[in-house]
Amino acid sequence: MNKPKVTLAVTGLNNTDNPGPGVPVIRSIRESEAFDLTVIGLAYETLEPGIYMRNIVDKVYQVPYPSEGSGDLIKRLEYIQNREKIDVLIPNFDAELYTFMKSSARLTEMGIKTFLPTIEQFEERHKSELPAFGKKHGVNVPKSKSILKHSDIDKIRDDFEYPVMVKGKFYDAYLAYNEEQVRMHYNKISAKWGLPVIIQEFIKGTEVNVVALGDGKGITIGAVPMRKQYITDKGKAWGGITLDNKEMLDLTHKIISSTKWRGGMELELIKTGKNELYIIEINPRIPAWVYLAVGAGQNLPEAMVRLALGEKVKPFDKYQIGKMFVRYSYDLIIDLKDFEKLSTTGKL
Amino acid sequence: MKLKKNIAVSESGFVFDPNSGDSFSMNPVGAEILNLLKQEKDFDKIHDTMTKKYDVPSGEFDKYFLDFIQTLKQFNLMENDD
Repeated sequence: MNKPKVTLAVTGLNNTDNPGPGVPVIRSIRESEAFDLTVIGLAYETLEPGIYMRNIVDKVYQVPYPSEGSGDLIKRLEYIQNREKIDVLIPNFDAELYTFMKSSARLTEMGIKTFLPTIEQFEERHKSELPAFGKKHGVNVPKSKSILKHSDIDKIRDDFEYPVMVKGKFYDAYLAYNEEQVRMHYNKISAKWGLPVIIQEFIKGTEVNVVALGDGKGITIGAVPMRKQYITDKGKAWGGITLDNKEMLDLTHKIISSTKWRGGMELELIKTGKNELYIIEINPRIPAWVYLAVGAGQNLPEAMVRLALGEKVKPFDKYQIGKMFVRYSYDLIIDLKDFEKLSTTGKL
Repeated sequence: MKLKKNIAVSESGFVFDPNSGDSFSMNPVGAEILNLLKQEKDFDKIHDTMTKKYDVPSGEFDKYFLDFIQTLKQFNLMENDD
């Protein structure tokens, strides 16, 4: 049987100690063997490891950061599109999603399909908007407050009990036991990710996560709950196990149904000693540990490509419980000429 | 005194709670008792089985057994209503 030819562009090739989801997303889609696949890697930096993984990407183009202006990024994509005829684009960074969502009409005109949340869905699940999100959708969320200036730190005591979580709008989260520590984290986070910085009530419990895919009409195409078993000093899962947890799945279905979520999603939850689930973050994209879901029987990245192509996708109804992943690091040997080519021409 | 239904106990004494992802290693006697609990045997039945099979005074078994159940509760392996 002839497989459909698909040219897929993927960002997030930074398989570092703070890994982007690009490499596991590509690996999942390649292993599905559903498509006659060509993969175009889109890299922001020249040392993103996925660039040099030749069994993962067929070609790589360097692209400008969205922070340099969405116009430059789209212009670069137009250039790439003229050469590669990309069918589907899967962006994998929170920080770039807004640009791609906003440019979706232009991308469609160019012939590039995506399967992303709407801007409204993206905006309402922001960490700073979590209290309103919890109220609107009837789910438990920690008390949160956005702060924009140093003087707000003095007022935290009025609304929160220490310790509190100090979080960046896209990434980074630190526990702070007093104002001094909040100040330190505020400076660090605001310098890296900008403002606001979010102060969040600290919920004591076990962190658990769900990777899920919504069809945009309220149906959950797939969802796999996981608990991190080995966590790095950056808070990243270096080992994890799939769970049999009905409450986590019910909550995921409720959120996807209520928001009519479109695209990949990672729910970060805290399970308290009383077995209550609190949503601490909703990441609007597939997480880097997605390959665990694939190993457990739900190839969510493949399903996402099918949805982007306009196919009807039947929801998954099972996955294997007790499947584990253990991540590892690996030294790739590359030739200087490859690095040189990407650095000088922006293409490999 | 009921073990949670979905707790998996292997012959090697490896115990897995699929709800939390926690896993534990039991010694052979612990695994034996856990398997009896899994078969929903009550205290009297477990007491009879174990004191007949092993050279342990009845009172001493009761004490260790209750300690063991307490530990299982602490690790959330028992149903809440017990």
